[in-house]
Amino acid sequence: MANVINFILPFLPELLLAFFASQLLVFGVVKKERTDLVRWIAIGLLVVFALAGLFVGVPGTTAFNGALINDDFSYIAKAIIGLAAAAALLFSESYLKSERLDQYEFSVLVLYAVLGMSIMVSSNSLLSLYIGIEMQSLALYVLAAFNRDSLRASEAGLKYFVLGALSSGLLLYGISMVYGFTGSLTFDTIGAVVSSGDVSPGVIAGMVFMLCGLGFKISAAPFHMWTPDVYEGSPTPVTGFFASAPKFAAMALIARVLMDPFMGIQDSWQQVIIVLSVASMIVGVFGALMQTNIKRLMAYSSIANMGYALVALSAGTVAGVNGMLIFMSIYLITSIGLFACILQMRIRDGMVEQISDVAGLSTTQPRLALMFTVLLFSLMGMPPLLGFFGKISAFYPAIDAGLTWLVVVALIASVVGAFYYLRIIKTIWFEEQDRQFVKPATALSVLSGVSTLILVAVLFLPFISAPVKTAFGAAAASLF
Amino acid sequence: MITAIAFYLLAAVSVASAFMVIASRNPVHSVMFLILTFFSAAGLFILMGAEFLALLLIMVYVGAVAVLFLFVVMMLEVDFVALKQGFLQYIGLGATVAVVLLTELILVGAAYFAGDGNTATPPNPDESNLEAFGHVLYTDYAFFFEASGFILLVAMIGAIVLTLRERDGVRKQDISKQIARTREDAVEMVDLKSGEGIGS
Repeated sequence: MANVINFILPFLPELLLAFFASQLLVFGVVKKERTDLVRWIAIGLLVVFALAGLFVGVPGTTAFNGALINDDFSYIAKAIIGLAAAAALLFSESYLKSERLDQYEFSVLVLYAVLGMSIMVSSNSLLSLYIGIEMQSLALYVLAAFNRDSLRASEAGLKYFVLGALSSGLLLYGISMVYGFTGSLTFDTIGAVVSSGDVSPGVIAGMVFMLCGLGFKISAAPFHMWTPDVYEGSPTPVTGFFASAPKFAAMALIARVLMDPFMGIQDSWQQVIIVLSVASMIVGVFGALMQTNIKRLMAYSSIANMGYALVALSAGTVAGVNGMLIFMSIYLITSIGLFACILQMRIRDGMVEQISDVAGLSTTQPRLALMFTVLLFSLMGMPPLLGFFGKISAFYPAIDAGLTWLVVVALIASVVGAFYYLRIIKTIWFEEQDRQFVKPATALSVLSGVSTLILVAVLFLPFISAPVKTAFGAAAASLF
Repeated sequence: MITAIAFYLLAAVSVASAFMVIASRNPVHSVMFLILTFFSAAGLFILMGAEFLALLLIMVYVGAVAVLFLFVVMMLEVDFVALKQGFLQYIGLGATVAVVLLTELILVGAAYFAGDGNTATPPNPDESNLEAFGHVLYTDYAFFFEASGFILLVAMIGAIVLTLRERDGVRKQDISKQIARTREDAVEMVDLKSGEGIGS
């Protein structure tokens, strides 16, 4: 018995998810109308998944002959991904019901996407990396096109699928080159070959191709073309999900790939990361300036934010990974809160998603207006909100690594980016229009309220922020 | 010698036909060239001593995927009248493809049986490809195998979610309902007097 437990414990979170997701699928097929029950079980399962690694995990072990690795980094990443996905399921309920899309498959697909992300963040070989990415992307393509009667949603799904297939091709090409020139698929052996000094150009070319493929997944410029269209066309809760958990998983995967097998060629990948980062920041902030649709605006904002996270990674130090983790977690909290707010923008005829629709929100719904404002200020990086702290921890490591000019570019981008966040805030508080939104679902108000509270208060509650910071520090250190 | 000729021929044909896949204007031609590419790649596998992979490539890609492609391409809006007008000119093309395929097959076979090929040395030379796969697929690579299964499951869920539409008025067989049916539900005993019928 003890043997069995010791065998299972290292991959317990994945096992739980895979087993119960399949059970839930069978349950859903038999009881088609119990979508609420399926959703609540799925939410519970995701929370258990998130906490399982933290509490019963065995850091420092591998599973399945070295295919998966368990360290503090993967457990922290799984916890964040699981909680973000649970929040996404929570805010999808009211939207799916009112758009008549409430099918049990939604929850099951989210579970499988999270399973894929979980394999991604703990992958220890190029094969598990690829399989994890494919599992999550395939589920996400379907979620993007979930509203199959809508032309725009189908277009979004198709576009995401075709460009995702292209990115998989780039990734696989890179993987095959790395495999060919190092002779191994496992990160340990690749790392040993790469750090032995004599690195052939083939490995570097393969690494660049892999980064291009992974860049698609975090929508870093110049691989961002799909983002605005997919964000706009997909059902809003799906967009909210896209902006949270998958981004984090892909970013964590990039961190692991760079810091584990490719640490020996830091000079080479640092240039690639810097190029991706600068391009993302520029495209993100300037692309957003002219947007009128709030979902498209969030797409460009996420491109810019990925650029900031890459600034932290480009340092290539423990502090850099730590900064990326802190920045991405704060970004996730903010974007979940913002999408919960966007989902409350519903008039009697249906959803509205133009920026002009929030005009005069301060008089009609002061509470929603306040939450919007706090979340946007935090995204902007306004002290004393948590977003400011996130940007500091993302930019400091780059300065320490001697990349001052990159941080200057990031700061300029932040200032330009502040313009379009401020434009929304101005529309909310200083423009007149009496458009009454319908009363939002409780889950939405609670979610946006909670994330607003976290952003305002956590910095002043050291008994929460200090342990989290310690845990992130340990997670970042476990990668090296 | 034969191996070298076979290799260069197969390699040249696979590169050229891969180019033609994207260069040809007619999608049906593209699929045909795709089949030729798969075929040449399979020949290259055989030259390397990976006969199982070669067969898999032919069976899965040529047998299933390419035929499916062909179906899809034909269901797309292709102007078949315009296609049929130049029917004769395809005989030349078809014959060329056929001859090339046949030559490749012969060359590969000759090279393989001539035995002067430069094949990769497997860890255990007595073992066939198939055995070698069998040894690792369900042991070392069991996780990848299972995880790929989950990917296929997600693909299946996706296809059903995106395309299945429940229609009203479909007469489905409900077995539990059939079994639960009793004699009282189905048969009604009516006393009939002769000459009056059942019209009451």
